[in-house]
Amino acid sequence: MSLLEIRNLHARVGGHEILKGIDLQVNAGEVHSIMGPNGSGKSTLAQVLSRREAFEVTEGAILFHGKDLLAMKPEEAACEGIFMAFQYPVEIPGVGNAYFVRTALNAIRKYRGLDQLDAMDFLPLYREKMRLLDMDEQFMNRSVNEGFSGGEKKRNEILQMAMLEPSLAILDETDSGLDIDALRIVAQGVNAMRSPDRAMIVVTHYQRLLDYITPDFVHVLVDGRIVRSGGADLALELEEKGYVSIESEARQTAPASA
Amino acid sequence: MAVQTAQLESYLESFTDFVRATAPETPAWLRDLRDTAFARFCEVGFPTTRNEDWRFTNISALARIPFRPARETDRVVAASLASSHLAAWHMENALSRLVFIDGLFVPALSTIGALPQGVVIDSLRNQIAQRPAFVAEHLGRYLDTVRDPFCALNTAFLEDGAFVHVPRGIALERPIHLLFVSTAGPAHTPTMTHPRNLIIAEEEAQAAIFEDYVSFGAEIHAFSNAVTELVARGNSNIEHFLIEREHLQSFNFSTLRIEQARSANVASHSLLAGGALVRNNVHPVLAGEGGECLINGLFIGSGRQHLDNYMLVEHASPHCASRQFYNGILDQHAHGVFHGRIIVHKNAQKTDAKQTNRNLLLADDAQIDTKPQLEIYADDVKCTHGATIGQIEDNALFYLRARGIGEIEARRLLLEAFAGECLGRIKSGPARDYAQAVVEARLFALATPAPSPAGAAETKERNWEEVG
Ligand SMILES: Nc1ncnc2c1ncn2[C@@H]1O[C@H](COP(=O)(O)OP(=O)(O)OP(=O)(O)O)[C@@H](O)[C@H]1O
Ligand SMILES: [Mg+2]
Repeated sequence: MSLLEIRNLHARVGGHEILKGIDLQVNAGEVHSIMGPNGSGKSTLAQVLSRREAFEVTEGAILFHGKDLLAMKPEEAACEGIFMAFQYPVEIPGVGNAYFVRTALNAIRKYRGLDQLDAMDFLPLYREKMRLLDMDEQFMNRSVNEGFSGGEKKRNEILQMAMLEPSLAILDETDSGLDIDALRIVAQGVNAMRSPDRAMIVVTHYQRLLDYITPDFVHVLVDGRIVRSGGADLALELEEKGYVSIESEARQTAPASA
Repeated sequence: MAVQTAQLESYLESFTDFVRATAPETPAWLRDLRDTAFARFCEVGFPTTRNEDWRFTNISALARIPFRPARETDRVVAASLASSHLAAWHMENALSRLVFIDGLFVPALSTIGALPQGVVIDSLRNQIAQRPAFVAEHLGRYLDTVRDPFCALNTAFLEDGAFVHVPRGIALERPIHLLFVSTAGPAHTPTMTHPRNLIIAEEEAQAAIFEDYVSFGAEIHAFSNAVTELVARGNSNIEHFLIEREHLQSFNFSTLRIEQARSANVASHSLLAGGALVRNNVHPVLAGEGGECLINGLFIGSGRQHLDNYMLVEHASPHCASRQFYNGILDQHAHGVFHGRIIVHKNAQKTDAKQTNRNLLLADDAQIDTKPQLEIYADDVKCTHGATIGQIEDNALFYLRARGIGEIEARRLLLEAFAGECLGRIKSGPARDYAQAVVEARLFALATPAPSPAGAAETKERNWEEVG
């Protein structure tokens, strides 16, 4: 059984059909990269997977660990093991970073029938992961993402991922806007999470991140459809030729569906 | 508008009874004070919404009910209340705790504690008897009974309340807890109380004083109309708290009149969580140079609660700063009001006045009226005001849920964060903890979608049979 199985997924938002029939299988241990031009539906796919209600699924099915993902609320999906690193992490004034992550972790642990962690159990763990991501301890007591730089926000997403240990991590352009040092740190954090029973979907615009996180598969998403899939070298080809040629090649090979 | 005849008769009858019952203990100066105030009340009557100060708050429901003052005979019943009945409102770490049942001080339920030399914490009634000259010098001196009929009414029925005197240079490290319990009384008839507090902080004194309004017993109409006169002498440092969490048949009116001398630093923190119709007046006068006043508040309403905050900040001296921050959270059909009036008098140059009112509306039918009113007669001043009205942010809610936090818990977290802005402005640790617990209980009830009305957790109906 695959970890994630997406079948003929159609989704709309704000009255527009954005995803127009996505099929994708992800097995435990695999890293998939989804690339594609602006507005092609990458974030939409990520949001559907994390069950944002505004994204309405009109057709198709998603199985996660064999369960019907589309029947789940966002918090249920998270408790079942889905984690999305947001393309634009949200600032939440007044909610402390550490308190937030502990509340989330305890919600997930409760769902799975595990004990609650008090601050004493939690903090050493949290501190350790912060060090891994080269984050200053002062972030612990600051409000979630409030006043963080772009890079700090992205690191904070990976920190949350490291704490919540999902079985499927979806990284939505976690690399965008990062300088090379920050990119290395983030990639290192992600690589530390790679394991045989965890899968990742890495959404990106650029090949650059894939120099650090080598994907097993690359998929090209154009206008709500996966127009090509391949191995890691597809990313290099994309980098060279650009989306336009891939897109037109795809159109030539499948004119009926255009 | 004059008081309607039927209302007048009810209040006149109450006043006549009251005067007769309290005659033996009433000095002439106090009799005059009451008489003048009652005459003023009769003259102006209850305000209507045509009055600009009452534009958003219709008090006709209150005016219709024939409230009677709690009397001596009721106190027998009050005395049968045990301290265990008050356990829910216990403040850890309080320096003193004064308990008032239906407006009257109950020594058996109160603890004054060991006080530093010269500090007086007592009932006003005792102090009127023991130190009439000192009390007479201050009582009613700062309050405007002409403009506000509720202040006139309070003064007419003035009998008891708290008296706090902190001498020069004394810092009280722990808060003073004043607990005002309104009950249905043995007769289960609508009762009115007019608590009157007098707080005098001499130069360089420091104190934190908590007024806490709660209900006990059956949910019968009750009208609490409190007035506090707070005198902050030069360089004193005072934190004042008001918590309103009575049951949903309660009318709670209160006026905090602050007189600030040179370089005095006063903070007023209000937390409105209960009551059906609540009016919270805060009226600081910055009378000495370099004074600083923080006016911080949070109001949380649901059901059909009406929570009205009326601020009147008077800058009467140069180089003073005032900061108003009020946050409102309104659900269901609740109606909130924030009326922030700032008057900068002619000589109050270099005034720095700021006002911010932020509101969260959790339901389509919830309503907020927010109105700044700046009257500036000096030319070198800085006055800013701003108001926002919003909802719980969908992005933030989704972010929390996407991390595994359930919807109710996520809403609660966001509401607590919004309320936390106000709690964060409280300096005194024990007072903040106490206020925070009240806020958390109230928000828990609000975030949890249940038919239970506001404040039910704290104001569970208890019967007199259980007590007696
Ligand atoms: N809430 C919304 N309401 C209406 N349209 C939306 C909404 N969210 C996204 N869209 C539209 O859906 C399309 C796909 O957006 P999506 O964010 O999935 O693209 P993307 O591939 O992630 O693009 P980018 O590379 O810019 O992040 C875009 O045309 C976008 O404008
Ligand atoms: Mg995107």
